[in-house]
Amino acid sequence: MAPIVSVSNLVKTYASGFQALKGVSLDIEEGEILALLGPNGAGKTTLISIICGIVNPTGGTVLVGGHDVVKDFRATRSIIGLVPQELTTDQFETVWNTVSFSRGLHGRKPDPAHIEKVLKDLSLYDKKDNMLRELSGGMKRRVLIAKALSHEPRVLFLDEPTAGVDVNLRKDMWQVVEKLRETGVTIILTTHYIEEAEEIADRVGVINGGKILLIEDKKDLMKKLGRKELRVDLQEPISTIPETLSGYELTIEDDGHSLIYDYDTSGERTGITTLLTALAEAGIRLKDISTRQSSLEDIFVELVGARA
Amino acid sequence: MNFEAIKSIYFFEMARTRRTLLQSVVSPVISTSLYFIVFGAAVGSRIQEIDGVSYGAFITPGLIMLTLLTQCIGNGSFGIYFPKFTGTIYELLSSPVSMTEIVLGYVGAAATKGMMIGIIILGTASLFVDLSIAHPLVMLLFFVLTAVTFSLFGFIIGIWAKDFEQLNLIPMLVIPPLVFLGGSFYSVNMLPPFWQAVSHFNPVLYLISGFRWSFFEIADVNPVISLVIIVGFLAVLMGLLTWIFKTGYRLRN
Repeated sequence: MAPIVSVSNLVKTYASGFQALKGVSLDIEEGEILALLGPNGAGKTTLISIICGIVNPTGGTVLVGGHDVVKDFRATRSIIGLVPQELTTDQFETVWNTVSFSRGLHGRKPDPAHIEKVLKDLSLYDKKDNMLRELSGGMKRRVLIAKALSHEPRVLFLDEPTAGVDVNLRKDMWQVVEKLRETGVTIILTTHYIEEAEEIADRVGVINGGKILLIEDKKDLMKKLGRKELRVDLQEPISTIPETLSGYELTIEDDGHSLIYDYDTSGERTGITTLLTALAEAGIRLKDISTRQSSLEDIFVELVGARA
Repeated sequence: MNFEAIKSIYFFEMARTRRTLLQSVVSPVISTSLYFIVFGAAVGSRIQEIDGVSYGAFITPGLIMLTLLTQCIGNGSFGIYFPKFTGTIYELLSSPVSMTEIVLGYVGAAATKGMMIGIIILGTASLFVDLSIAHPLVMLLFFVLTAVTFSLFGFIIGIWAKDFEQLNLIPMLVIPPLVFLGGSFYSVNMLPPFWQAVSHFNPVLYLISGFRWSFFEIADVNPVISLVIIVGFLAVLMGLLTWIFKTGYRLRN
């Protein structure tokens, strides 16, 4: 099946000369949840803004639902919903009016039943006649989501939806995202929070310095996450691994002063006990033992750090 | 054409007018009444009539134009500047609407509001002076053309403005002198020849003169020239707007 969003060689240079995107290519499948991770200024918002039509690209193409976002903007923008990062609202409007306005802007005929459903799903219905300035920050965030859902989009962009949001609202937000996924909506969210990506995404992309550094299935990433490393420091250095230990995947480091053993924490047996016994039987004396887990955070920091 | 979007923008903007009824409607009515009291009573007692028209009636078209110009520029510029200022512009830019539709919605609402106030001023004026309109259709043509043109002018100012100071610069500093020196309160024929010549460089003179002609059949310049000037200005603005849309100037960086 053709991807719902297809970005190829996207470049954006702002008038100031700053190059926010340096040839980004990315395919997003219909129905998936993609989390885009990256530090501030990585290019996340610029990427989303170009897909949604807020910013003109300098080069490259973006297709949404098979249509070009510049040439055929009506077709693409009709199926996209955007929840921006900033809490930008018409302070003096009521919740109901501002959400209905969004639906109209997207060329959809008024449908009070749909607006009512969206507001109820987001626990906003009892606030429908309130002016936006009377709402808390979290409620305003929900209103922005309601606006984005008012025209029944197929693709929803959430730009840092949980920035500055309390724990409860964050949980609620994930429930909303989960419900949307069940209806087949494709969701792209950007975040600084790695746990967020782990919690909800099907795939995770890392972007920094205007480039996609990695894009991978969360399951594959979790496999990497699930791996641990046992480091055994030896009293006497060894040059080769003794025959009796050949059954273990060991590597020698630090000029023979350390042995590294990779194991899977999700496996039934880690093999640590037998390895240690075998080491003792081979007459190898240990100085120290340590373990470490490679986390998504490590991968992220490594990737981002290497290119910084 | 995304008619739903045009309708949504239009009614959204008109709703703001309802919310700010006092400021939008009552204040121009009060200021116009003041003009009638100050100019009509004080000045009018010394200038009985101009070209056979009582002074109070003579200034009415100019007063309507003054209000129409300032209101339309104000509404047109604020309508598009406010979303830029609050950031809600993201929604317009990410919606399946063309710039033409955005303009129709905003400029349509700005012109409607300006014309509503213009009509109220006309009503208020008729309480103070005897008014007759010699050419109602021509009057309507000037009225609508001016409202649309200056709402569009306001819209462009709203896109151009980076802050509130820039937003108010033209409506506050440029328009009032042009209106006051454009023969709102006198006939330019009353000026010395040099200033008469200078006045002809003021575009607003043509508007007021043409509009006044539709009331009393008296004009400082030929009403056809007036019409050409306003249509010309509209064309220039449309050209400017086309360039803005093409380049994304101050909208889609």
